[in-house]
Amino acid sequence: MIAPSSSVEPAEAGLASQMLEVSLGPQHPSTHGVFRMDVTLEGETVVKLKPVFGYLHRNHEKIAENFSYLASMPYTDRLDYFCSLTNNWAYALSVEKLTGLAAPERAEYIRVILAELTRLVNHSALAGFLLQDMGALGTPLMYAFRERESILDLFESLTGSRMMCNYMRFGGCRCDLPPGWLEQARGLVARFPSFLDEFEALITNNEIVRARTEGVGVLPAKLAVNAGVTGPMLRASGVNYDIRKVDRYGIYGRMSFRVPLGGRGDVFDRYMVRILEMRESLKILDQALRDIPGGPIMDPKAKLRNLRPKPGEAYGRIEAPKGELGFYLISDGGPNPYRYRVRPPSLINLTILEDMCLGHTVADAVVILGSVDIVLGEVDR
Amino acid sequence: MNGAGIIKGMIETARNLAGSYYDPGRLTTVQYPEEKLPPVENARTIPFLVYDGADPMAGLRCTACTICEKECPPQCIYIVKDQVKKPDYLGKMQLQPKVFDIDISVCMSCGICAEVCPFDAIKMDQVFELSTDDRFGGLLFDKTKLAKPNDYFAKLHRTEAGETDARREDDKRKAEAAAAARAAAAKESALEGSAP
Repeated sequence: MIAPSSSVEPAEAGLASQMLEVSLGPQHPSTHGVFRMDVTLEGETVVKLKPVFGYLHRNHEKIAENFSYLASMPYTDRLDYFCSLTNNWAYALSVEKLTGLAAPERAEYIRVILAELTRLVNHSALAGFLLQDMGALGTPLMYAFRERESILDLFESLTGSRMMCNYMRFGGCRCDLPPGWLEQARGLVARFPSFLDEFEALITNNEIVRARTEGVGVLPAKLAVNAGVTGPMLRASGVNYDIRKVDRYGIYGRMSFRVPLGGRGDVFDRYMVRILEMRESLKILDQALRDIPGGPIMDPKAKLRNLRPKPGEAYGRIEAPKGELGFYLISDGGPNPYRYRVRPPSLINLTILEDMCLGHTVADAVVILGSVDIVLGEVDR
Repeated sequence: MNGAGIIKGMIETARNLAGSYYDPGRLTTVQYPEEKLPPVENARTIPFLVYDGADPMAGLRCTACTICEKECPPQCIYIVKDQVKKPDYLGKMQLQPKVFDIDISVCMSCGICAEVCPFDAIKMDQVFELSTDDRFGGLLFDKTKLAKPNDYFAKLHRTEAGETDARREDDKRKAEAAAAARAAAAKESALEGSAP
């Protein structure tokens, strides 16, 4: 896949050097799925980078427009397959906006608990993968996965599936918590900080990690805002924007938590913001698991089948672990949406990849891509 | 000090390595297939058809209403209605499926069919060792292969099966009471009719 390029002129005309075009991916192990970067190199320095995606395109939006509202719910699991529960929530939220259904108190608490557990799953897996991209093969990733597995056990005992949860419904949740689930979740939340401490002892002050991440892939706040970057990426650049605080959807208005912000917007900040976010998620989980009330989990007006919302449009968005995940729906009064559009955080966060990578080496480009935190199921849909 | 972070990290890995020898909590791997985890009650893989009684085909609860076929997100269910009706547990005549196929190579285990079924006829199984060397025929399950007794369902999903059985028992009692009342009313009106 390596070919000498004729399109780009060598920087120093006096030197007999040639640019090298490398096609990184789509099967490259560090591209996090089937993603390709067409990189133009001068020596080892990236002078041009073109992200190529679409290898995992599954026609999700068009399929959803041809099926009932309910039938799209399991497909949303497969967008960002690390965080199926937040995808469910975003879709349920937009349909609830469209139909005027409202989830009961207990369902809202369950949603917050599951969303924050999902955030733990996503961020711990990301931290592991980021280290994997830096060459720390295996160990940190396996430590992260060990914790992830225990959260997935919780998901399985509640929803029946470890990753493809398909749990939330319009106006509530599918089934109530099984007996003993809350105790198990409380135990996990109590145990998790010790894992974070262990992980941080392993990683955060490691000199190699510092050298590989500090000052690498700086994303200026202005560019991040202009490009529409959201989530931990944006906050690492120092912009205080968290939809949990801005929209206060669900019951986030009642939760007390802080939004960690980065200073420089380099890879290290992005890593650190995620670690700190996990600690804040644990605070939210503590509060939610303490206050969860009894009661019904479904809106009595909700119905499973034959959902025909009144003509209109709705945009529901949540702070997914990767950024703003939104579902835009237009209803024409029929049983299936007239228009169904997903605003995936991964895709939009990926658009500034070239700006972050220019001037860095190929090895750094891989680390920078890792710090963006993409899942191709969501990028390509 | 330069290198202190690396040494600290090394201590952490050493602690994990040593810990894995005496702390079972640190040993998370299960040696499948020699060793298997106990099944989770809510776990779901592929759907199956529930039947009552001894004869699978006669006791199928499915009434071929095709709701699951319509709602199935990947469209892996194929149903053909039979012309011959059969009585259900309430004594009402219902349609039955002539063909009920599920292509489990397409099925994505979402469980929507089980959720929308108004007859408690399709439920989620927990089998996962489904590999076969026959790609097409071996993964296309027909109704004889999909039919499983209600006891099997009760074994997999204890809570849900308990609720379902109680509800069906209740419905049956009500139906019987209604039938008895109808019969009594018919008898009465017949008596009235015979009187001059």
